[in-house]
Amino acid sequence: MKSTDDRVFDNTAIIVSDGCCVQIGNTQALDDVTFSITKGKKVAVVGPNGGGKSTLFNALAGLAPVVNGSLKINGLDPQDAKGTISYVPQKDLINRNFPLSVKQVVEMGLITRNSLNLFARKQINLKIEEALENVGLSDKINENINNLSGGQFQRVLIARGLAQDADIILLDEAFSAVDVGAQEDIMSLISDINLDGKTILVATHDINNLEEKFDEVLCLNRHCCAYGDPSEVLTEDVIKEMYGSHYEMFKNHTSESHEKHND
Amino acid sequence: MIEIIIEPFKYEFMMRSLITATASGIMLSILGPFAINRNMGFMADAMAHATLPIIAVGVFLGFSISELGVPASILIAFFLGYIIKNSNVGEDTAIGIIFSSFFALGFILISILNVTINLEDLLFGQILAVSRFDVFIVTAMCITVVSLIIIFFKQLLFYSFDPIGAEVKGLNTNFLNYLFLVILSVAIVASLQTVGIILVLSMLLIPAAASKQITNTFVSSIYVSILFGVFSSVSGLFLSYFFNLPSGPTMSMVATFLFVVCFFVNQLKKTKI
Repeated sequence: MKSTDDRVFDNTAIIVSDGCCVQIGNTQALDDVTFSITKGKKVAVVGPNGGGKSTLFNALAGLAPVVNGSLKINGLDPQDAKGTISYVPQKDLINRNFPLSVKQVVEMGLITRNSLNLFARKQINLKIEEALENVGLSDKINENINNLSGGQFQRVLIARGLAQDADIILLDEAFSAVDVGAQEDIMSLISDINLDGKTILVATHDINNLEEKFDEVLCLNRHCCAYGDPSEVLTEDVIKEMYGSHYEMFKNHTSESHEKHND
Repeated sequence: MIEIIIEPFKYEFMMRSLITATASGIMLSILGPFAINRNMGFMADAMAHATLPIIAVGVFLGFSISELGVPASILIAFFLGYIIKNSNVGEDTAIGIIFSSFFALGFILISILNVTINLEDLLFGQILAVSRFDVFIVTAMCITVVSLIIIFFKQLLFYSFDPIGAEVKGLNTNFLNYLFLVILSVAIVASLQTVGIILVLSMLLIPAAASKQITNTFVSSIYVSILFGVFSSVSGLFLSYFFNLPSGPTMSMVATFLFVVCFFVNQLKKTKI
């Protein structure tokens, strides 16, 4: 697996949300959300159930309309930025009845709107191999996806995004319905993966040790509670704002408690 | 032996039936693996039953079932697709409503318009009665269905496997959804004379289900499904000729026999492992 520790960020903002409001049915799922994500960052999106993590991803993917404010990807509206995003949806939204190989799933990242693939077969294979090498699954290229563990399957979907050359990869609830081992597997992949300038957003409930795995954290509870370096923004107040009465469960993960622990 | 095999084809109607059976076998079984993996059996059944009122009105106006094929397919596909997408009662319920109400409407129209239709032929197929024009239409539809599946195979597979991922990738998922519904509807309507409204489902689903028992990849399941579909249609036709059996039900039973064999082969494989 390729890894990178020497990432150089160009300071271009790839995602800019300015007072973004998204409505699902009659519910205001996101209200006045403002943040700006720089190109190449690994960002954790945390918050309670119903806090708007999936809604934000849907809005970024152009699946849910922004009703107020603005949300721009590379300066474009999400609808116009389709194709520059790879979306790994929640596990139960994918139809795993299909007995597909790892290679076929990764190749989906190279399928174009105009049906006939513009890449030559050799180039397609090369891209697939590169993407699988990057997620550490080169030896599984011909494996049936139904023989993979939950964590390996998530890796395949991330490889699809890498093959697509998407600017942004969205992992929605990557850790739901997978066991603890698989969670660790995906987390270590996110820590080590060479994103080659790509930006990755991961929706997660787990706020444990976020500073070790992510560059930034976006805290959502229908509005943006905080955004920035995980070691700085995950304060007691922010966690209280996100989880309310369930704060006690998370108080050991605040930046203050980490500092105390380190002392 | 060879003489026995070629004997039925001394008759022109048997040649016509053979071509129609093969075409139906190919187009239904190429779509079968998509249908079973997307759990679209009920939808396909509704499509077949929804043809009845269109056939009743069409025959009343002087058209044959073959002539009605393409417009009926498109009408049914778009109507079903629209209702499912826009109703808030759930997909199964929406399909159930269309399925039963259209079938009921069909019978009422046949009665009111006093249309001369042999209902048994319509429900269970009457392949021996196909005309040259029917053969031409069914063959043309088969070529169209196979060509569209080949051209859009990767897009349809992506959409079927991960519809949200496909939409975000920028594929026109609305187009792909209706394209598949139209293709499926065309194959079903074109096969009505071969196996009829009730049994068309068996030729769509059973070869694909049998194939899934013994194959490991989606592409190989399509090839084997086509093989089983054509074998069921053609051998069903032969058996119906030699044993004087109704052709549609015989084809359906051959497909079922193949499924049972494949099912036990699969169970045996699992036990050995």
